[in-house]
Amino acid sequence: MGKRVLLIEDEPNIIEAISFILSRDGWTVHTHEDGTTAMDKVLGLPPDMIILDVMLPGRSGFDILRELRGHDTTRLTPVMMLTARGQEKDRELAMRLGANLFMTKPFSNTEVRDHVRNLMEA
Amino acid sequence: MAPTQRLAGSRIREKRLDRGLRQAKVAEKVGISPSYLNLIEHNRRRIGGKLLADLARVLNVDMSLLADGVDAETLDQIRSAAATLGDTVEVDRAEELAARYPGWGALIAAQARRIAALEEKSQMLTDRLAYDPLLAGSLHEVISAVSAIRSSASILVGPEDLDRDWQRRFHENIHNDSVRLAASSEALITYLEAPEAVLEQSGSPFEQVEDYLATTGFHLAALEEGANPDDVLQDADLGDAAATVLRAVLKRYVSDAASLPLAAFQKACKDNAYDPAAIARVFDVPFSTVLRRMAQLPPGKGHPPIGLVVGDAAGALTFIKSVPGFSIPRKGGACPLWPIFGALSRPSQPLCQHVEMPAPNATRFLCYAIAEPMGALAFDAPPALQTIMLVMPDPPETAHAPHPVGMSCRICPRQNCTSRREPALLGIGPASVL
Repeated sequence: MGKRVLLIEDEPNIIEAISFILSRDGWTVHTHEDGTTAMDKVLGLPPDMIILDVMLPGRSGFDILRELRGHDTTRLTPVMMLTARGQEKDRELAMRLGANLFMTKPFSNTEVRDHVRNLMEA
Repeated sequence: MAPTQRLAGSRIREKRLDRGLRQAKVAEKVGISPSYLNLIEHNRRRIGGKLLADLARVLNVDMSLLADGVDAETLDQIRSAAATLGDTVEVDRAEELAARYPGWGALIAAQARRIAALEEKSQMLTDRLAYDPLLAGSLHEVISAVSAIRSSASILVGPEDLDRDWQRRFHENIHNDSVRLAASSEALITYLEAPEAVLEQSGSPFEQVEDYLATTGFHLAALEEGANPDDVLQDADLGDAAATVLRAVLKRYVSDAASLPLAAFQKACKDNAYDPAAIARVFDVPFSTVLRRMAQLPPGKGHPPIGLVVGDAAGALTFIKSVPGFSIPRKGGACPLWPIFGALSRPSQPLCQHVEMPAPNATRFLCYAIAEPMGALAFDAPPALQTIMLVMPDPPETAHAPHPVGMSCRICPRQNCTSRREPALLGIGPASVL
């Protein structure tokens, strides 16, 4: 079984597309759509890597990232932010909070796959 | 000295120099001393009547060309326009400019007004783009749909073999997302086409009334001169709801103007350094009357910018006269730290507070506020409170730190604020903790 990637994203068709790409690349993809319960999902797995949207129902991806970095279990887990909020201030905030990578939508499938590979190998 | 008189001297000097006449020669011809003419030319002595006519004759110009001048408001606007460029403009020669080139002076003043209006409009649009959750939501919807379509389409045209089920699934996804994209794009276009209409129309009756009053600088000269409020109301040409609001405003205006006649009130304001408590003592009138009246001072008469906000016990703001740097949301929750809300906890007690907006602007204001019962009091019935706040920007420094205030929680970056009622929008501040 491949390493576990948790995709926290609320757009069903984006979830399906990314899940498909990464599954074909050998990763075991778990998904979660709600910001409020995202930490429970993370700690229940826990995943080898997280792809995290910013604008989620209930709680922002920035808040989740902050909590991830404050938790022993997920302090070092690679996190790739994937968001429609592409302003520089959003990028800076994500990196300041401890994101490993900041990617904006719309994205290229190849880039997503390559970034996941790189982050897992790092 | 009236503005026209101030400017007449400059015009006389200009015409005399144009004609190459010596001051002593002209003075002799009109029967005054050269030193007196010098004072006139430097706008330090009044001139009119026969002397003005004699000077016009000697200088061979129409008397009206010497006497007609620009009004003080235009002069103030020229000075304001000059001040925006700092030391590079000869602000102290604005009067001379207005006297010598009245057309150019009017043009500068008109352009300064236009620039100010455009800046205000630009600020409104900037705020709208930056903070409007509707726009953010629409853009997010468009980008999400585009992302999903791009990703699904890439899979379909990619090198990998897809069985028919996957193909059908991604085709369906693309179709659904394209429908969503069309709808969200249409909504976005509708939204982006709206600003002009939004800016031109006034939303609530309160805003329509304020827009009307803003055209006169919140000073109604006709009422000051005894005009019938019904005539003013008719001229305003507002809808029914706004007209009802304006009728009440005009009625109060007339009452306040009767208590505090303009000339005496303006003098008292200047004599008492715009301290409403001191002015209230001078006229023996309620504190709130002075606050309202100060916001009615005529523009262009050397008074400082004065804003006014009126609200009720529920925090709804029913009247806003803004001043530069001051902004308070009528719709949605305003920052509860403003004295207008603090006054509600201490009815009938005047408040005076220096306040400061959050960095980076950190604009400071001097605020006076009071909450008072409205209407007649009744036994065992809670009074209906009205709260009112006067706002004056850029007060002098004080020994005490100003009270922190903001616009509204959603766009306020302050941390550890006990009055925060909701988290800031994402990206506004580093934390969204309540």
